[in-house]
Amino acid sequence: MKLSLHTQPDVPLEADVIFPDLLLEKTVSEAAALEIFHGNEKTTLGDFFTITDENNDGTVEVEGDLSKVKLLGSGMSFGRLKIIGNVGAHLGAGMSGGEIIVEGDAGDWVGREISGGRIIIKGDAGHMVGSVVRGSSIGIQGGEIIISGSVKNELGNGMRRGLIAVGGDSGDFTGVNMKAGTIVVLGQLGQRPGAGMVRGTIISTHNAELLPTFTYDTTYRPTVLKSIFIYLRKLGFSLDDEYINGNYQRWSGDSIELNKGEIFLYAE
Amino acid sequence: MSAAIRIKNGKVYDPINNVDGEIKEICIKDGKIVDSVPSDSHCIDAHGMVVMPGGVDIHCHIAGHKVNLARKFQPEDHRHDVQPRVGNLRSGTGGTVPSTFTTGYRYATLGYTTAMEAAVPPMGARHTFEELHDTPVLDKGYYVLLANNVCLNQLLEKGRTEEFKEAVGWWLNAAKAYAIKLVNPGGDEPWKGRKNSNVHNLDEQISGFDLTPRKIIKALIDASNDLELPHPAHIHCNNLGHSGNYKTTLETMKTAEGRRAHITHIQFHSYGGEVGKNPTSQAAEISNYINDNPNISADVGQVMFGKATIMTGDAPLTWLLRNMTNNKWINADTECESGCGILPFSYQEHIYTHALQWAIGLELFLLAKDPWRMVLSTDHPNGGSFENYPKLIRLLMDKDFRNEQAGNVNQKAIANTNLLDIDREFTMHEIAIISRAGPAKLLGLSNKGHLGIGADADVTIYDEMKDREAMFNAARYVIKSGELFINNHEFCSDLDGRILHVEPQYDEAVEDIIRPFFEDYYTVQFDNYAVDDDYVHGAEVIPTKSR
Repeated sequence: MKLSLHTQPDVPLEADVIFPDLLLEKTVSEAAALEIFHGNEKTTLGDFFTITDENNDGTVEVEGDLSKVKLLGSGMSFGRLKIIGNVGAHLGAGMSGGEIIVEGDAGDWVGREISGGRIIIKGDAGHMVGSVVRGSSIGIQGGEIIISGSVKNELGNGMRRGLIAVGGDSGDFTGVNMKAGTIVVLGQLGQRPGAGMVRGTIISTHNAELLPTFTYDTTYRPTVLKSIFIYLRKLGFSLDDEYINGNYQRWSGDSIELNKGEIFLYAE
Repeated sequence: MSAAIRIKNGKVYDPINNVDGEIKEICIKDGKIVDSVPSDSHCIDAHGMVVMPGGVDIHCHIAGHKVNLARKFQPEDHRHDVQPRVGNLRSGTGGTVPSTFTTGYRYATLGYTTAMEAAVPPMGARHTFEELHDTPVLDKGYYVLLANNVCLNQLLEKGRTEEFKEAVGWWLNAAKAYAIKLVNPGGDEPWKGRKNSNVHNLDEQISGFDLTPRKIIKALIDASNDLELPHPAHIHCNNLGHSGNYKTTLETMKTAEGRRAHITHIQFHSYGGEVGKNPTSQAAEISNYINDNPNISADVGQVMFGKATIMTGDAPLTWLLRNMTNNKWINADTECESGCGILPFSYQEHIYTHALQWAIGLELFLLAKDPWRMVLSTDHPNGGSFENYPKLIRLLMDKDFRNEQAGNVNQKAIANTNLLDIDREFTMHEIAIISRAGPAKLLGLSNKGHLGIGADADVTIYDEMKDREAMFNAARYVIKSGELFINNHEFCSDLDGRILHVEPQYDEAVEDIIRPFFEDYYTVQFDNYAVDDDYVHGAEVIPTKSR
């Protein structure tokens, strides 16, 4: 099934019906009749999208400038969602399986509270990628979020399990309050990475300024990093051998919490 | 006024009028139960159904600033439970602390038509009324916190007991409350002044006062009896949740010296063991005392597994719990009147203490010889949401289900109680007592909790089902003040409830004592303090003998 945006929404469109689990069971006309909210107005999917029945391989393709379209792929559990263009907030929120590929940039809250599946973004992403909702304490509980570009603040807030990899830089508070899981940033970490982390791993191939509640342990060449980097290479990241085989400083923190988190920084 | 309604062929349970499952006709006209209605009146055929008076919740937290704070600081609790708008009713959110409208609708769905907010400092009265007015369907009132009131404590320590009583009367009027509430008597004032300060013994001197908790308890029990309030002093004892606190509870009950007193969420006050160590069950001891002393009544405060929200005037307690959960919390000071603490909480089957609390609650229900004086509550939302009532009723009515559930929880805890040795199963009649007739009687609401001629026409009709949880989960019909709110499982109209409050007589000369205190210590002017009548429009004043 293929959806092309024909009318640009004035205010965000709550497109929480665009996910393979639902759409692949519908005919084109049924899909066009699905209700969505345009701001506080009830409209239908057909009011904004031209829907065609092009490919039947379990993929839903959406194209256009979707930067004002929210909640694409939220709650999906299988299949593929391919997005050609930029996409708005809450992409893949709460998904438990399947794959989302974005050929463009994504907004805030990408993959909030996911428990499985994979989100691949070829461009940049906004704030709160793979994070928790305000008020809750546990963020993503599994799955992978792979971003080629850069992200903004609070990447992986409250993360419990899973992998988040960022090809570019990350904003402030990367991995804030994380419980466990792995975050890899191949660019520069912003301010205060790992603040309040309980357990978990943050890896960067650049140096970073850490909070005083992190303590330096040692510099060594952990085998586990090598396997993580080789996995990332398979996913399409270009990584020099010096990073894969290099030495890393290990810092532990956050000592205001359990002090069982670790941050690895590349040591030249 | 509303049209007349006739309910026929239903099995009626009306304990106050000794009706135990008889097939009987109930007629309703002008908001009251009457003996007959014209033959062409609207008729509900309740064949195969159970007819009961509307439920009465004697102790819950549904309005006021602490409830509102609990809503605001738990967005995660609401977003998965959104109540969409139905017809001309309002939308809202659920979770353990639902929004006001949702609270009303969901109580009504369970068949409840009256609920009492259990703890509001007098300063929070206006806020509470604003919210109660937005809590539909239910008739409601609130209990005013007076056991940590600096002005009252000062009168008491100087031995001015007569003026103390008049001041209590003034406060009940000023706040338009329904009853007197005691929370951790004497413990909150020192807590607000000094780190980790509290009182743990009824005869311990309260720091800053020449006073003991026992004196406060006695004085307020006396005041509520002397003012002839419809509901006696509503007491949340000292040492809530501490191992070995059953002794404090027994002492508190003895302090009443034969006068009426209500001990609330008594489950939280029935623990044996040593301070700082694991608690044990002293449900039998507490139960025996209550069985033998008809002046004492209690509600259980059953713990139900799952998400809860602790909200209480017992501020030092929430500090202890906060240190266990390490989660967000709120602690607040209401100047000169009370403390307050709020935190999210979760009761889990595998945890010894939680399983023990669950079992003690059930023991207290099952060991009570007089169900009229041991009534149903979960201290919503402290022991669990009121939405757990149907499950609780099933636990009481179905021994096999109870034992099966007991098998799924911490076995060390169950082994430390007598739960598995108790064979009692509550009858439908007894359920009608603990959820309706009993609370109404304890509250002194003579027009509620029964279906006799002249009673308020608050009626619920359930499908009779073997699975009691499913049965009590959704009433088929709910009639409130003679009007159908739920008709055949569907909301059919929007109804407001009434505010219930008391106006005991007091000597106005006492204002001369209270006024200077306000000028010295309060941020609110004395003349701006009392709640004016506009705030309780459409209220019903429940008579006290003195007025």
